[in-house]
Amino acid sequence: MITIRLNGVDVQVREGSTILEACRLYGVPIPTLCYNEGLKPYGACRLCIVEIGEGENTRFVSSCTYPVDAGLIIKTHSKRVIQTRKLLIELLVALCPSSKTIQDLASKHGVSKIRFKPKYVNCVLCGLCVRVCNEQMDARAIGFSNRGKYRKVTTPFNIKSEVCRTCGGCIYICPACQLRCQGTEIQTTLCNACLNISYPCVDVKDKALCYLDPCASCLLEEKERQKEKKK
Amino acid sequence: MTQKKIRSIWELKSLREKLVNDPSQKIPFISISSGTCGQVRGSISIIQAFRKYIKKNKLNEKVRLKITGCHGFCEVEPNVIIYPEGIFYQKVKPTDAPEIIEETILNKKIIERLVFTDPQNGKKFPYETDIPFFKKQERLLTLNNRFLDPCNIEDYILSGGYRALCKVLADYSPEELITEIKNSKLRGRGGAGFPTGFKWSFCRKAQGEPKYIICNADEGDPGAYMDRSLLEGNPHSVIEGMVIGAYAIGATEGFIYVRNEYPLAVENASIAIEQAKKYGFLGNDIFGCGFNFKIKIVRGAGAFVCGEETALIYSVEGKKGTPRQRPPFPAQKGLWGKPTNINNVETWANIPLIINNGDKWYSKIGTNKSKGTKIFSLVGKINNTGLIEVPMGITLREIIYDIGGGIRDGKRFKAVQTGGPSGGCIPEKMLDLQIDYESLLQAGSIMGSGGMIVMDEKTCMVDIAKYFLKFLQDESCGKCLSCREGIDRMIEIMTAITDGYAKEDDIELLMELAQMTKNASMCGLGQTSPNPLLSTLRYFKDEYIAHIRYKKCPAGVCKALIKYYIDPENCKGCTACVKPCPQNAITGEKQKPHKIDQTKCIKCGICYDICKFNGVKIE
Repeated sequence: MITIRLNGVDVQVREGSTILEACRLYGVPIPTLCYNEGLKPYGACRLCIVEIGEGENTRFVSSCTYPVDAGLIIKTHSKRVIQTRKLLIELLVALCPSSKTIQDLASKHGVSKIRFKPKYVNCVLCGLCVRVCNEQMDARAIGFSNRGKYRKVTTPFNIKSEVCRTCGGCIYICPACQLRCQGTEIQTTLCNACLNISYPCVDVKDKALCYLDPCASCLLEEKERQKEKKK
Repeated sequence: MTQKKIRSIWELKSLREKLVNDPSQKIPFISISSGTCGQVRGSISIIQAFRKYIKKNKLNEKVRLKITGCHGFCEVEPNVIIYPEGIFYQKVKPTDAPEIIEETILNKKIIERLVFTDPQNGKKFPYETDIPFFKKQERLLTLNNRFLDPCNIEDYILSGGYRALCKVLADYSPEELITEIKNSKLRGRGGAGFPTGFKWSFCRKAQGEPKYIICNADEGDPGAYMDRSLLEGNPHSVIEGMVIGAYAIGATEGFIYVRNEYPLAVENASIAIEQAKKYGFLGNDIFGCGFNFKIKIVRGAGAFVCGEETALIYSVEGKKGTPRQRPPFPAQKGLWGKPTNINNVETWANIPLIINNGDKWYSKIGTNKSKGTKIFSLVGKINNTGLIEVPMGITLREIIYDIGGGIRDGKRFKAVQTGGPSGGCIPEKMLDLQIDYESLLQAGSIMGSGGMIVMDEKTCMVDIAKYFLKFLQDESCGKCLSCREGIDRMIEIMTAITDGYAKEDDIELLMELAQMTKNASMCGLGQTSPNPLLSTLRYFKDEYIAHIRYKKCPAGVCKALIKYYIDPENCKGCTACVKPCPQNAITGEKQKPHKIDQTKCIKCGICYDICKFNGVKIE
């Protein structure tokens, strides 16, 4: 066990674990997109960045790939980190506004406006599908090709792969494939619907056993009831 | 005859003495600059012309030819230097060959026509050492280029080569050697400036066998070619440095990672490796000390990001060149998971120099924290383009005005971009900045590998920043969201600025994006990618404002914001511009001022370039 300083508190963590694992162990919430516990960390989405070091020598690292070291000083929610994360989420929303996972991130982190033209792409290059295919399915049917803005996920030579067993693992794990609550017809770039819910259902229904994150299903009912009352 | 391997310092000494006393050494020789730059300007046909004339007139005993790497003064290529006098002839043509041999070699006369003339004051400089371009330099690494045939190891031995290696293997323990390099305070010439001695000691202490060393010759900055010139002109100095480094670290195998776009460098380095093997400087049991080391050349496919060390390692392994998170550093887990040390070409070439002259001598050159000399490639709108080697701590003004000979066509200096695409633009008011790693960093730029692009008043800084961002966008590996999308969005805004539809708060958004890309990206490419933007925003904000608020491009570069028109006072009515206009937008009779139809004009600028009377103007 080694000691690190996490947000000003000295804590003990197992040697060899990453900053993200240490933070999760101590309940410090760090947003991630390209991270999955069953896969090797990749560090592409940069949402999990934290500030390490002290004074003027601080720098940002992605917590999912950075191993802890004795005496490491970590700040997970400094002003700069939060600002950077918000802008990254803004870029993600502008890239792929149709994804529920990304919209949820935006709502959760208070991203309330998108200053960029939406691109409506289907892939944010998080690399989850590539890793699932390689590590869990042991197929290696897909990978990255090209570089820079032409980088994409594809099969070798862009032809149907012989090693693909069409297991669907890539679709299952894809954060962009999970569509927004509104379905395919999207009116706005940013959803933020969850932020606009005024009260949760439990206050309306006495014996509700609601485990969902804010959902709008019972709100309609409530509105109708209010209408009836007015009548 | 097979070459006997050299086994000891005495054998090396006797070989050197034999070479020095060879009667052919007394024959005057013509050193022909024939690096890639020289060959492009036609040095090969000049060599052929010289050879033909020598053969025809049987002058083998009177003159020797030496085909060398780049001499450095690329502006006046192809150039030749005649030794022992050191007479410098510029822009030589094949037809000049007989005259040079007859007049200069045989009759000892200087041909006035071929002598270098300073474009600023018309002064003539017949001797190479007098030319201002060379005079202010301190050429420790590049001076030998002109005396060495890179394909001939004996030339290198003659100049004192492999003496340092011999000395190291005989007198130093690896630890002593590392201490010597630490004391010399040599810093990595690849850009980041990490102290080389410390880097070596990390790798030496690391657990794991075998250990590897790599020479990083993946030079990709636009307008930079220092490493190419060293590998082409003096490959043995790099190899010697690598063998010494391998001894210090305990490595048994080395790689030279060079991009395939440098065919001559690949060829010369391969020849040099073969020759070094033949003479026993590489291979098993070097100098009879039981130390084994071999070098392989790995050719890169030319991705800029493969200059980053972790991406380079992947590329050597045959994988896709994508940087990875450090730690673990390559010194702990590098090539195939083994301790690996990577240094730049120039760093390796510095090693024999330090060993031969001692760490105290080396640490006297330069500034407090940056020691030694640095090779820069001075390019852009400057009179004397070329490779220059200067001591650290020299000011930009000295480089640009004394060595570079000032700005082309008498225009005004505007900025200099140092450190390649990841560097920043330094404005005129900071010309007295002393060049070292720290001061450049403070000025918002970096040392980088040593590119230096000079810009004049006709350069639009917004356009330049956009150009470098586009370069980085193409060359980014595309893994990190921050770099891939950050650069893309910055270019989007920059395009809006140069096209004239940006809003004023876009500057704020640009700054925010730049900070984010700088902070959140993983590798050096991403972290330094906003530098051109940040430095131009810092020093040339008024230009951004002019583009956004007044929809004007002060330098007259951004096509969407300018208008070509004909000044009736200057126009002589020569009709020279009428025909070349692809849009037929220019009308007018002979001897009368012409006119440009603005609705047809596509702003190609052909008329502007063609007009000799300054009649076409930019608004």
